[in-house]
Amino acid sequence: MAQIATIVPIMLTVGANRIVPGVAIPHPVGNPEAGLEEDKKTRRKLVLRALKALQTEISEQTIFDSD
Amino acid sequence: MSYRVVCYINQFYGGKGGEEAADFKPALVKNPVGPGLELQKFFGDEAVIVGTIICGDGYYAEHIEKARAECLKMIQDLKPDMFVAGPAFNAGRYGVACGDICATVAESLGIPSVTGMFPENPGVELYRAQIFIVKTEGSARGMKEALSSMARLGLKLLKGTPLGPAREEGYIHRGIRKNFFKEKRGSLRAIDMLLQKIAGKTFETEYEMPVFKKIPPAPPIKDLKHATIALVTSGGIVPRGNPDRLRVSSSESYAKYDISGLDDLTPDKFESIHGGYDRMWANLNPDVVVPLDVMRELERGGEFGKLHPYLYTTTGTGTSVANAERFGREIGRELKEAGVDGVILTST
Repeated sequence: MAQIATIVPIMLTVGANRIVPGVAIPHPVGNPEAGLEEDKKTRRKLVLRALKALQTEISEQTIFDSD
Repeated sequence: MSYRVVCYINQFYGGKGGEEAADFKPALVKNPVGPGLELQKFFGDEAVIVGTIICGDGYYAEHIEKARAECLKMIQDLKPDMFVAGPAFNAGRYGVACGDICATVAESLGIPSVTGMFPENPGVELYRAQIFIVKTEGSARGMKEALSSMARLGLKLLKGTPLGPAREEGYIHRGIRKNFFKEKRGSLRAIDMLLQKIAGKTFETEYEMPVFKKIPPAPPIKDLKHATIALVTSGGIVPRGNPDRLRVSSSESYAKYDISGLDDLTPDKFESIHGGYDRMWANLNPDVVVPLDVMRELERGGEFGKLHPYLYTTTGTGTSVANAERFGREIGRELKEAGVDGVILTST
């Protein structure tokens, strides 16, 4: 499981292992304020990051914040 | 005029024997027995033990309804003002029996019911919210202290003396929060606490944090191109109208919805009912919380094998750790049984 959410310290505290920092609390997988194109681009980037995290061997809680 | 107290003890403390007498049927002695003798001393002349029920731990555990009814009848007939069971220390069956009979008496007779257990006794989690469980040591070595605390708390309950925090009164807290004024305001108390912490001195939290478990990471997906991925969210995205009445906070349930025919979550069909964040963006385009549109594109493009047909959803805000754990276990089991290889969980 990979979790996409904004408040990383919370995800760490509750024990999530594969963590993808999200954009903002009300829209973790999107950037709607920047317009539809940007929004979709951001969403795609984060989802791909989450899919990459699912394929990554880890031994402890890991934050995936770059590609 | 002293208060009338009835006690409950098991076969061992009642002098009937050990494990071999665990099936001892409930019997009444119209006097203090075993620990009751010491307990009576702690009551002084303020309360008098008018009867003791002796019951085998095995009997109570194996015939819970029958034992409960039999004991309650005996207790009722003595017209007590208070009921005291145990202390059970860390004995599991004894703790459950004490908890059960105390809860039954408290509810049926409306009188204070007190028992004593070691915090790890299974009876604690089951009954702490319904009765007063005095905190004891793990064995009868702590008998004297346990009885003293039970007597002290019992008399306070009988007299209606206002109680302080559980910790001060010596019982295991029942999860009830009471508001009251402190002399120093919160910001000052917080600074005091922080200074203690920084100096490496002991400090006492005013609010206990739940303990979160560390889960070993799952092995990575080896073959994403043939993997089935599921979407799960705690962002409260539901079909418009919230057909399953998911709570807006403090969830008691989760739901699953068929998204197999959908390429996109659109505001005419879906909405957010989560009470903990500004739902404006989610209600304009639910994909910003549950990325179905992108997942569908990536699925079509062969990035991964298949998107699981069901979206699992609940509301995260205010949801108890216990419920969240249960949801996670149940959803995880269902997904595993359905052959899902990985999950993307989105939270707000």
